[in-house]
Parts: sequence; structure tokens; C-alpha cells
Amino acid sequence: MNEFLQQVINGVSLGAIYALIALGYTMVYGVLKFINFAHSDVFMIGAFSAFYAVQKYPSVFVINSWPGGALVIFTVMALCALLGMVIELLAYRPLRNKPRLSVLITAIGVSLLIENLAQLQFGAAPQHFPDLLPVTIIHLGNLSISSTKIVVIGVAAFLLVALEFIVRKTKIGVAMRAVSFNHQTAALMGVNVDLVISFTFGLGSALAGAGGVLYSLSYPAVEPFMGIMPGLKAFVAAVLGGIGNIPGAALGGLLLGIIETFVKGSHYSTFTDAIAFAILILILLFRPAGLLGKVQIEKV
Amino acid sequence: MQPTKTGYMRRISKFYLGTVASLLLFVGCNKNDSQSGESGAGSIRIGEFASLTGKEAAFGTSSHNGTALAIEELNAAGGLLGRRLELLTEDDQSKKGEAATAVKKLISRDKVVAILGEVASGLSLEAAPICQTNRIPMISPSSTNPKVTEVGDFIFRICFIDPFQGTVMARFSQKTLKANRVATLTDVKQSYSEGLSQFFKEQFLKDGGEIVAEQKFSSGDKDFNAQLTAINAAKPQAIFVPSYYTEAALIVQQARQLGIQVPLFGGDGWEAPELLSIGGKAMEGCYYSTHYSPESTAPAVQNFLKKYKAKYHSVPDAMAALGYDSAMILADAIKRAGTTDGDKIRAALVETKNFEGVTGKTELDKNRNATKPAVIITIKDGAFKYVETIAP
Repeated sequence: MNEFLQQVINGVSLGAIYALIALGYTMVYGVLKFINFAHSDVFMIGAFSAFYAVQKYPSVFVINSWPGGALVIFTVMALCALLGMVIELLAYRPLRNKPRLSVLITAIGVSLLIENLAQLQFGAAPQHFPDLLPVTIIHLGNLSISSTKIVVIGVAAFLLVALEFIVRKTKIGVAMRAVSFNHQTAALMGVNVDLVISFTFGLGSALAGAGGVLYSLSYPAVEPFMGIMPGLKAFVAAVLGGIGNIPGAALGGLLLGIIETFVKGSHYSTFTDAIAFAILILILLFRPAGLLGKVQIEKV
Repeated sequence: MQPTKTGYMRRISKFYLGTVASLLLFVGCNKNDSQSGESGAGSIRIGEFASLTGKEAAFGTSSHNGTALAIEELNAAGGLLGRRLELLTEDDQSKKGEAATAVKKLISRDKVVAILGEVASGLSLEAAPICQTNRIPMISPSSTNPKVTEVGDFIFRICFIDPFQGTVMARFSQKTLKANRVATLTDVKQSYSEGLSQFFKEQFLKDGGEIVAEQKFSSGDKDFNAQLTAINAAKPQAIFVPSYYTEAALIVQQARQLGIQVPLFGGDGWEAPELLSIGGKAMEGCYYSTHYSPESTAPAVQNFLKKYKAKYHSVPDAMAALGYDSAMILADAIKRAGTTDGDKIRAALVETKNFEGVTGKTELDKNRNATKPAVIITIKDGAFKYVETIAP
């Protein structure tokens, strides 16, 4: 029972990070109907900007302290939001009305470009990510929970709620949903489509940046290709939850994290990805639009 | 090894591989003039392939530094056979596929007389068949997987092999750690890790020990909480982690965060400064086996330490020492052979006996493996400390 509970905690803290990244995929898909492959690289840049921020400005971003850690996360989120908007402006906007496949290929190109530039700049060897926050280990009976795990789950939950609030209750949120529903109609109603798309990218990238910092807190080795696997898993989580659906992405992320953890902890750890993905395929067979997605009938 | 690429990248790398393969075919066609020059009093060209970038960069760089120091020293002493030595180094980026390309290039384009490399067994295994086919002697400084030298009679190594290292660690855990219930956590993507784990298990069971849990992961993984939680449930007295240093550091750190207090121990794959920088305080009280300790007072070690420090301003690790020894043993063989002909160098290498290297007295056996002692190191107060030497 103890082992089970411990694995659930492990799974949730892993899934929370998947969920954060998945949100970015899902939001961009929601408004633009394409997969932003560069998203996982924004995640990596987020981790590296935190890494360099504490190295260059140790007096501002004090490591091993709560205010310092919070400041790092906010700065990284702002930086990544900016990066996301710049990527959209330079790489995707010129292709807005071109075939969707062109944008997809561009996204792959942007992803490779960022990864290789990062390798050139930061070096390919994994580097130690500093301890941003003080770490204590909390013992509950036989369970051991590090404060890092609680922070990861807490911050992810907070960001999820904040995002849901922005999308549901604010004016820009309404505009995002309108653009997601139909570009042309939204434009005719006076919605500035470019601005809304730019905002969506900013928001998604900020979450990826936060995800990057949280991931590096838990697994303190940063390298230029660190975004690929979490990015892929998060993409699958987004599809599993129903792509374009925000609570779906969160649910998908959590589910994937938990399934993965349980398979890894069993005797079949070598088959982790195979089993996790087989389960996903099964779910998608019965719910093709994902767990929370709606099947849309396309008019011909 | 880089982390597994996503689908789209895989497609791209397939295309890339295709291109490389056709290029190699082209290179292969020119093989006739690749018989290296016995004639001409030019320099003796020695090839080296190493992971200078990528995941095992710490190993590759150390090993390369040691080799480069040895070549420099040999040239300062007048070179070999009246000719200068030239070291040609190729970076394989710690990637499968790149090692083969690097070695083919060294042999067919640069026409080297012998090849030094790699640290990672997986990459040595990739290069070995190419050296064997071209009859170019290859000396791996520190690939410990037995399969490496089984490729053929041109493939040598100057370090001990995994069966010995596995035996040493099994004895160490029972005698020194007094741990009879041990769990293992193996990297299934590295032949090094799988081999070490298997030999450890064989010896450990033979000596009456009990393996209470066997967990696995793939290199590049970052999250080991699940495996460690399962291991913890089996209540081991120690955990054997025969992985490379990046994963080892993350594993130890996550184990401590899960409240696992027992010692974790591994093989020479742990030896890198990154183990301490990534693992931090969590590494205290963990152990690993390796090839040499800079704390040794042997004159060969002290001499090497002094020169290495003067050139690179850092303390050499085992990989640097082995890199140095590999070049020195090759030089010794070329000197005894009196020629740079591949077959004759090979014959001389087989005869290597009682070579006083930095990593101890080395003898190459009939299987072209080295017989030499192993050293156990622990982490104490944020530094590597010598524990004991275990002879073969």
C-alpha cells in the first residue's frame, strides 16, 4: 500500500510537468490547428535561462531561497512568453494562410534550429541545475515526499487554474475561444486575430518555461536535447486528453505520468514506453477524439 | 547517446544515415591505396576517436587529454623509429553511428597505423570490426565490456574487463559493505551496464548473496522515482547501479529524496567530476570501482600527475590515466616491432608484459585483455577518497 501511494505521488509529480507542457500544445492547436514542435525547445530554453540567470545575477536571483526561486520562475515565464511570440511572428505568421503542412515543416525546422543553436551555445554535456529552492524531505508514515515534488505539483495546479480562469473569464480568453472556433468570423466581429494568436503563443510558452524550471528542479541536469522526450510525452498527453481541450491536456498529462510510473516500477520497466503508448492507443480506439475531446463532424 | 529522437527526427536521421552510408560506400571503393605508408620518413600517424562532445564528453575529454599528453611526451623524447608521432583525433559526439564514420575516415583518408579509443563499450564495439577488417590494431583505453576484444585479433584493451569489475564489486559489497541483500538498477541501452550487472549478479549469487530487486532504465532517462520506490519496497542493504555518471548522480539524488538511506555503488562509469557537481551532497557515502587513484604514491602516478597538472591544471581521473597508458603501450609495441606495419604492431602488442603504467602493472593476456588491479573509491566531504585496492 505504501509503495502504491509513493508511486502515485511520483506519477503525479511527473504528470504535472507533462500537463504544463501539454497545455501549450493544446492551446496552439486550438487556435491554429497545427502542432508547434518548437514548443519542447521553449521548455529547454526555459530551463537554461533559469540556469544562466542564477549564474549571472546571483544577487538578484538568490538560490536556495523561496523569493529567489519565485522570481526565477516569473522571469523565465516572461522570457519564454517573449520567445514564443517571436517564434510565431517570424516563423509561423508569414505562413498563416498557406497549407498547414508548410507550417508543420517550419515548426520542425524551428525546433531543430533552436536545439542546435543551444548545443552550440551551451555545449552538449549535461550541466548541473542549481538548487533554486531549499529542499526538505517530509516523512508521512513510511512515505517520503521531497518538498520539490510538492512545489512542482502546487505550481502546476496553480498555473492550470490561472489558465482556465484566463480562458473562461477574461475578455482575451473569450477572444481566444472565438478565434479557435472560427478565424474569419472572429475577425469579422472585430477580434484582432493576430494579437490573439500572439497572446496564445506567449501564454503557452510561458507555461513551457515554467515546466522547464520545474522539471530541472526535480531532475537537475540540463542539456540542449532535454526537451525532446518530455515534449513528445506531453504531445501524446494532449492528444490523449483531447487536443484543443485545456482540462483534457491536464488530465492526459497526469494519466500518462501515473501510467508511466507504474509500468517503470513493475518488472516490465524496459517496456515502459511501449506499454504506456499501447494503453493510449487503446483509449484512442474507443474515444478517437481523446478523453475530453468532442468529435467534430466536418461538413463537406 | 543522445535521448531518443522524436518521430520526425528519426525520419530525418534515417535520411542522414542513408547519405552517410552511400558516402561510406564511396570511400570504401578507394581502399586499394589505403595501405599505410611504410615508406617515407613522414610522421607516424596515430588515430584516436573519442566522445569530445555529448553525454560522455567528460570521459572522452579526459581520455583524449591523457593520450595527447603521452604523444607530446614521446615527441619530446625524440619520437619513435626516428619519426615524429602525429595524433589525429575524431569526435564521435557520444553517438552510435558516428564512431564507425570516424574510424573509417581515420583509416581510409588519414591512413593511420593504429587506432586508440573509445571509452564507451558500445562505441568501441562499433569501430572494432572496421579496424579488424582493415588489419589496423585498435587499443581501447577503457572499454570494459568483454565483447570488445572478442571482435578479432587486432582489437586490444588496456583496462580490466567487466567480469573482473563485477566480481570485485560483488566481493566488495559482501566483505566491506556487509550487504548480502542487494538490488540492481541497470541501464538496458548500454552494453557496459548490462554486462557489469550480469557479472556482478553471477558472482554475488555464487557467494551466497541475494538479489532482492532487479530494475531497469534507459540512458537518457531523468526520472527514476518509480524504479527506486519499487527497489525500496524490497528493503535492500545496498543498491548496485552500474551506469554512467549522469544517470548515477540523478539516481542517487532521487534515492535520497525518497528516503533511501543505504549505500549505492557502481563501476568505473561513475568516475567524473560531474558525478559530484550533479549529485551534490547526496553522493556522500557511495562507492565505485575504478582503474587508478591519484592518491597513490607510486612514482609513475606521481610523475604523471605532475605533468598532467602542469598542462591541464586539473587532477587527472582514471580515464585520463588510461588514455595516457594506451598511447604509451602502443608506442612501446611500435618500438619493439621496429615498423609501423599493422600485423607486426599487433604481434608486438600481444607480447606486452609487466608494462609499468600509471594504472598499475599491465599484462595483455591471450584474449588481448589486460590483467591489473582495481581500486575502490568513496565520496566523502564532497571529494573522491581512496578506500582499497583489490588485486585480480
